[in-house]
Amino acid sequence: MGNDLVVPAIVAVTLVTLAIGFYGLRLARTTSDFLVASRVVSPTWNAAAIGGEYLSAASFLGVAGLILKYGVDVLWYPVGFAAGYLALLLFVAAPLRRSGAFTLPDFCELRLGSRRLRTLATIFVIFIGWLYLVPQLQGAGLTLATLAGSPYPVGALVVAAVVTANVALGGMRAVTFVQAFQYWLKLTALAVPAIFLALQWQADGRPAVTPPDGPTFRTATTVVVEHRAVLTLPDGQNLEVRPGDELSFAEGDPVPEVSGVATGATDWLLPSAAGSDDRGLFATYSLILATFLGTMGLPHVLVRFYTNPDGAAARRTTLVVLALVGGFYLLPTIYGVLGRIYTPQLLVSGQTDAVVVLLPEAALGAGTTGRLLAALVAAGAFAAFLSTSSGLLTSVAGVISTDVLGRGSVRGFRLATVIAGVVPTVLALNVSGLDVSQVVGLAFAVAASSFCPLLVLGIWWRGLTDAGAAAGILVGGGAAVTSVLITVLGPPLTGWPATLTAQPAAWTVPLAFTVMFAVSLATRRRSPADVGRTMLRLHAPDALRL
Amino acid sequence: MAAEDAPPAPRRPEPSRAADEPSRPAPPARTRVVLAEASRRQQHRAAGAHTELAQQTRVGEALVRGLVRAQLALALQLSAVVMVGLGGLPWLFAIAPAVGRMTVLGVNLPWLLLGVLSFPFLVAVGWTYVRLAERNEQDFTDLVQRPEH
Repeated sequence: MGNDLVVPAIVAVTLVTLAIGFYGLRLARTTSDFLVASRVVSPTWNAAAIGGEYLSAASFLGVAGLILKYGVDVLWYPVGFAAGYLALLLFVAAPLRRSGAFTLPDFCELRLGSRRLRTLATIFVIFIGWLYLVPQLQGAGLTLATLAGSPYPVGALVVAAVVTANVALGGMRAVTFVQAFQYWLKLTALAVPAIFLALQWQADGRPAVTPPDGPTFRTATTVVVEHRAVLTLPDGQNLEVRPGDELSFAEGDPVPEVSGVATGATDWLLPSAAGSDDRGLFATYSLILATFLGTMGLPHVLVRFYTNPDGAAARRTTLVVLALVGGFYLLPTIYGVLGRIYTPQLLVSGQTDAVVVLLPEAALGAGTTGRLLAALVAAGAFAAFLSTSSGLLTSVAGVISTDVLGRGSVRGFRLATVIAGVVPTVLALNVSGLDVSQVVGLAFAVAASSFCPLLVLGIWWRGLTDAGAAAGILVGGGAAVTSVLITVLGPPLTGWPATLTAQPAAWTVPLAFTVMFAVSLATRRRSPADVGRTMLRLHAPDALRL
Repeated sequence: MAAEDAPPAPRRPEPSRAADEPSRPAPPARTRVVLAEASRRQQHRAAGAHTELAQQTRVGEALVRGLVRAQLALALQLSAVVMVGLGGLPWLFAIAPAVGRMTVLGVNLPWLLLGVLSFPFLVAVGWTYVRLAERNEQDFTDLVQRPEH
């Protein structure tokens, strides 16, 4: 909290982001440069840019926080976030690039020739984009509040303003450079402190991650509770705490059990067992399905594929992205695990999302090293907010400018950017009780239940019709959206209804595929006449130049 | 220096050629005059696979279907590998909790499998896919561009 290096580090990241943006702006001369980087971005740059754009607040902060809180079961988040690129590579990358579609609505029109389907896809792109933008802005607000003690809206507003200005002024070309830079920044910002943390852990005599008597406080700690919870104290007494309550613990005190958190060693260390809890297994498979299949349906991921010169390059780029993203996801686990030793107070306060930014100082002390590393991590976290928000904003703005405003001009794109940026900012300022990773997971579920079947069936099955696609998106995607709204806005649920709405993918994805398939079969006559030509275009090797 | 010397050299023949050309007993540019009808019929019958593709004949369509099927089969096979290799894990841990309790080098097996080994596994599957998909496309290209006789 008293770290005076954090704000300069964040300011530096923001300024460098803006500087690269303006450098890119000078290079961008034509509308094509502006919107799709003239398709001359090399695979390595493009892969780093895709990785930089993809690794959001949920990856940088949320995954480590979840691991600290729930343990081994949530390792499926990073695995799924990476595996999403494998699904994209296997089923979508090369054909989508060859299709020449820039956005998902473009793909609908190219493949099925339907304006109405295009409109439906536009609505879903905007919904998913905004659903994904809100937690990014929230993460920025929370990080700045945790580290620099600023009021919550400051961080959210700063990120929203910087990103909107940068996207509106620099466009995609600038964004490509910014994103590539930010991938490497994020990797460094997690990797370097992780090395120091591991060394410190060695120097401390390798304290056990799961001591037999449960986690203990290493130093005297005062915890300010942020989320309502029930604590079970060592003497078996239950204590209900509310946000704002202060609790003091002495050195060596055991960490009380917290409701809804895997405090005990076995819950945290071992996967949920069968028999006792079918819902746990259902939720795990639902999460796997959402993350594996949702990535291909995220609007900001697809836009990037247009910047590859051809289908083969798109494939190679995706493979590099998979390696880059996979390498990154080795790191959050280290923070989540060491957080059990050095920052157990976050389990009590409920602010587990802050583990990445608080761990360096907690483990290494408030000396120069600890403060420098904390500033580095904060810079990385801001890079995460800036880059993902830029990517999302670019794609939402692109869709708004072409499909809602109906203009392809640079000025139309700028106007659309402002519109696309204002809405999630207002939402982020008014909703602060949402959990960052949960909302991101829901965005994946919606994408997996709407665009994944559209892309997979559209690319590989001649029989898909516009009516089938629309029905599948409406039923599957609609079910997922309803689940999101119930989870976020509805009353708290328990038991199966809670599981089915909090992790909807395991039933909404098969539903979407089935409906899309069945309705397409029933409306076989509507299959576009030029489907043969489209298939040729999607799948013929680039070398043939057909 | 060398770079500055270079340009004049090729430039010289150019004007002379330009000057020569009109005076030469001009070899007439090759033009093929074929009736549209005849040409279309001929292509339908005997043209190479490339034209079959470009013109959406039944043969061309069959070729594309074959390619799409091969690529889809490859993608599905590799997804099956991932489905068994990764997707089987929660189920395995659930029915055989003893597997979850095993430790390797002091780390519990599920942590090692999910937190570390899953990522190289995914990259390896992706790498295999790129290689095999490119081979499928190469086979297709060879087939299409095979000289007709």
